[in-house]
Amino acid sequence: MPSANYTREIPQRYRLEASRCVKCGQVHYPPRLICPGCRSRQFETVALPSGGKVVTYTIISVGPSDFAAEVPYALGIVELEGGVRLMAQIVDVPPEKVSIGMPVTLEFRKLYEEGKAGIICYGHKAVPA
Amino acid sequence: MRDVAIIGVGANPRWGELWGQSLRDIFVEAALAAIDDAGVDHLDGMYVGCMSSGIFTGQEHLASLMSDYLGQKHIPATRVESACASGGLAVKSAFLEVASGYRDIILAGGVEKMTDVSGGEATFALGTAADGEYEGYHGATFPGLYAMIAKAHMARYGTTHEMLAQVAVKNHANGMLNPMAQYRSEITVQQVLNSVMIAEPLHILDCSPITDGAAAVILCPLDMAKKISKKQPVKIAGVGHATDTIQLAQRPDPTWLESTALAAEAAFKMAGVSRKDIDLYEVHDCFTIAELAVIEALGLVDKGKSGEATLKGRTARTGDIPVNVSGGLKSKGHPVGATGAVQIVELTRQLRGEAGERQIAKARRALAQNMGGSGGSAVVHILEVA
Ligand SMILES: [Zn+2]
Repeated sequence: MPSANYTREIPQRYRLEASRCVKCGQVHYPPRLICPGCRSRQFETVALPSGGKVVTYTIISVGPSDFAAEVPYALGIVELEGGVRLMAQIVDVPPEKVSIGMPVTLEFRKLYEEGKAGIICYGHKAVPA
Repeated sequence: MRDVAIIGVGANPRWGELWGQSLRDIFVEAALAAIDDAGVDHLDGMYVGCMSSGIFTGQEHLASLMSDYLGQKHIPATRVESACASGGLAVKSAFLEVASGYRDIILAGGVEKMTDVSGGEATFALGTAADGEYEGYHGATFPGLYAMIAKAHMARYGTTHEMLAQVAVKNHANGMLNPMAQYRSEITVQQVLNSVMIAEPLHILDCSPITDGAAAVILCPLDMAKKISKKQPVKIAGVGHATDTIQLAQRPDPTWLESTALAAEAAFKMAGVSRKDIDLYEVHDCFTIAELAVIEALGLVDKGKSGEATLKGRTARTGDIPVNVSGGLKSKGHPVGATGAVQIVELTRQLRGEAGERQIAKARRALAQNMGGSGGSAVVHILEVA
């Protein structure tokens, strides 16, 4: 992913900033400019909670080149407290021990390196709660 | 709106790694076959469905390239993109142009040249159909996204690895009878389950292949069809098209393909027919789980019952709801931009009685479902003998 994109995503990726619709209360991650629920355009910035559970997952054996060193890795959809869902790797647990419904916590981690001289890409991964 | 007929269809003689043919060669070969089949001497316009020629071959601006090399310089031409639903969207776009009365003879085709790049680059190109910033960034792949759908389906409905594998076994058996299929080989459930794991629970034989290929159809007003062509005209009776969130995570139920359900509902309503009126289906089996989820979203079986129906042979060529008689994406190959167009080619051949060994007897009406990404877009067409 080109470095120029990277800075734009820092608030969401590093601090899990989401947008809460002032009118209907829905929380959107990543933040949006218009609420798909009520079409309001007024939001306040909120930080997502870090606790949640695994909705579904897979164990990726053939991954993209940036993640070649990680395979096999568990990747899943995590539903956080409050209902926001996002995709994250599930780590610090053997992939075959991951299960649907498993409680997890999001932690700030390194995801991959952008080439040999590129930046290090950070984000959140889920670990067993 | 005017009634619209399909009067010509064409594709490459066989799909696969067409290393001797370029992107333009592949498309022009299929388009010429459709033009010859229709017996037309000119086009009033054309649509080209293609997902990612820029990444796969470094070439964009297919509207100009393809109309030029098809010998149709100066006609209005449009390239459309909706990931793996690009071909279906090209057909829909051409339908609207004819139905509206704007132009009469329109070609709709799809193309993808995927084998000029390495497997890693192809994976990257296909990955652009997902949300790059919030799925790809975390290491998601397309098999991975469908694997998550499969895991959720298995957990919720008790769907088994064997049920998934049976989709591949069925579609390979069908592809044996299709001369254009990339993989004309029978496989067994055990072979699928023993094949290399890509994204658990999907093995490589649960996945459609990387393919070069193109397909095209010629549309015109139904009342002109009989004057232009001696072939049995096939009417486009229903068209449905819908979108959904690009991220799988943002759908309330990862096992449910709402875009497909909505597109089907619209197409059935427009055609004024119901599921019992459809004789066969071509659906988007990019992965085995996709076919299962699609036949549920189309309402062919109850939610959660697709695996059981497949094991019982209901979706086999000889079953009561034949699905992917062509071999599907799994056996025929999946040149992503062309897939939606070749579904229409196949069903037109079936409705004309030209499908050879795989002909469904007395087929009168058929449905094609084409899907982009992990279900972020879907196009459904209902065709019938006019
Ligand atoms: Zn709202």
